[in-house]
Amino acid sequence: MNRGMRVQLFIQRSLAIWNRNIRVWGKLAGPSLMGNFGEPFLYLLVLGYGLGQFIGDMQGMSYMAFLASGVICTSAVNAASFEAMYGAYTRLSVQQTWLGMLSTPISVSEIVVGEILWAATKSVISVVAILIVASGLGLVESYWAISIIPIAFVTGFCFASLALLVTSVAQSYDFFLYYTTLFITPMVLLSGVFFPIQSLPEGIQYLAMSLPLYHAISLVRPIMVGGELSDIGLHLLVIIAYAGVATVLATAKIQKRLIN
Amino acid sequence: MPKASQDLAIIQSTHLCKNYNGVNVVDDLNLSIEKGTFCGILGPNGAGKTTTLRMFIGHCPMDSGQLSIFGKPMPLYASVVRQDIGVVPQMDNLDPDFSVQENLYVYGRFFGIPRAVLKQRIVELLEFASLTDKANSKIAELSGGMKRRLTLARALINKPKILILDEPTTGLDPQARQSIWQKLRALKKQGMTLILTTHYMEEAERLCDRVMVMDHGNIKADAAPKTMIKDQVEQHVLEVHAASQALITAVGNDPSIARFEKSGDIHFFYGDKLKQALDTLEQSDHDDYLFRPANLEDVFLKLTGRELRE
Repeated sequence: MNRGMRVQLFIQRSLAIWNRNIRVWGKLAGPSLMGNFGEPFLYLLVLGYGLGQFIGDMQGMSYMAFLASGVICTSAVNAASFEAMYGAYTRLSVQQTWLGMLSTPISVSEIVVGEILWAATKSVISVVAILIVASGLGLVESYWAISIIPIAFVTGFCFASLALLVTSVAQSYDFFLYYTTLFITPMVLLSGVFFPIQSLPEGIQYLAMSLPLYHAISLVRPIMVGGELSDIGLHLLVIIAYAGVATVLATAKIQKRLIN
Repeated sequence: MPKASQDLAIIQSTHLCKNYNGVNVVDDLNLSIEKGTFCGILGPNGAGKTTTLRMFIGHCPMDSGQLSIFGKPMPLYASVVRQDIGVVPQMDNLDPDFSVQENLYVYGRFFGIPRAVLKQRIVELLEFASLTDKANSKIAELSGGMKRRLTLARALINKPKILILDEPTTGLDPQARQSIWQKLRALKKQGMTLILTTHYMEEAERLCDRVMVMDHGNIKADAAPKTMIKDQVEQHVLEVHAASQALITAVGNDPSIARFEKSGDIHFFYGDKLKQALDTLEQSDHDDYLFRPANLEDVFLKLTGRELRE
């Protein structure tokens, strides 16, 4: 088998897993979509409108517009993380779905990539829902907002791979609370979702800059308000570097857990 | 020990070893299985049966030794080899979110089987598994027997050359078990190679043309069931339940008794005739005893001992 055929098979099998997951999602899409639309709508409306009255403008835009880009990125983070923790753990351990897949020609790395692609797709679904809500509220400045979708995908890919790494060592659902409480929540609070990181002490600013969410927001916010994008390469690089390392580590850990 | 010639062997292992936490779960395992064999692996819990099966599908890399399947070295060719293997795992892992036929469809896609081919094959497999009228049912609506039959159908979706079954009938009622047996016999007739682990001696005796008794990671006996019974144990067994010591001593005086075992309040006398022992019992007022031909369970207990394994 030559290299081209191998790559083709790899993609085919990863997509078979992606397909399986989207088929399951299709059965429960109603409640899932309601969460995708409802939650950001409430955040934008209540925080943006309510807090916005007191705050006024922030960095030259309405607070609701400022918040919208933060909510978009946070929702990409949450959608992918949740899927790659609770969903993936169910398939890894509770239902033993992955073990079943491994009785077919599918390998661990194909499962990992298929699962990450799926979790990233959930980020995209979620972000598209918010974009629709946001444009309804008049917060989307131009058609360029479409370019937020690939950013949502890359961000989702990144956080899916990180979450899958956590899943690979999890022994129960409760374990995920460590990750969300000690990593995800502080990161969301510090990465410029609710206020610009410039108002934080310098050391904390560097901490925020070392995490991928800040870079996702730095890409999305200018697009949303029609401002100027800078350092695109750097921002993408940080997100992709996290994704790459986490994917490799998660694959190795899951390989060890299932093939031993 | 029946040995398949090198070129006929579909599965071949030499000096296969696997160690977990200092215990050799598989310990110098040498075996060779010919195409078309229905092979049963028996053994107490922890004997290494499941580990051996996991090695066959590349789920368990060996510490030393060689294993080849279809002539291909494992675990290097695991993915390629699995293209032609069907697996019925010990624990059902059907997709609870999917209907019966969706389970088959999604699983078939993992093998890369084209959609059109799959649709036709699913119809045939539902028929084979007697699940045609359940095609659109949810997994939660199926009985234990139906779930097992669906798992079996799923394992056949890729038209495997080898079917591996890890305790396929554990927990099923007699009807459901009989039904699985029928299906397995039909597959054997089609020329498929089947490898099954089980705790039911009767199952192995009825289905398998070759039985291996495994313990401590190694094969203790390997033969056709009837041959194994003939070679390993005496013709008959006399089980005497809850008898007085005086009676047991009297029964034990029969010179045709070759072997004697005690387990709780049951005494087992093994021998070819045991006529004198039977006469003694008939003349006594004790009627709680059983005289029967020796079976695979007697072989099993002789080879692996009577103490509990947990």
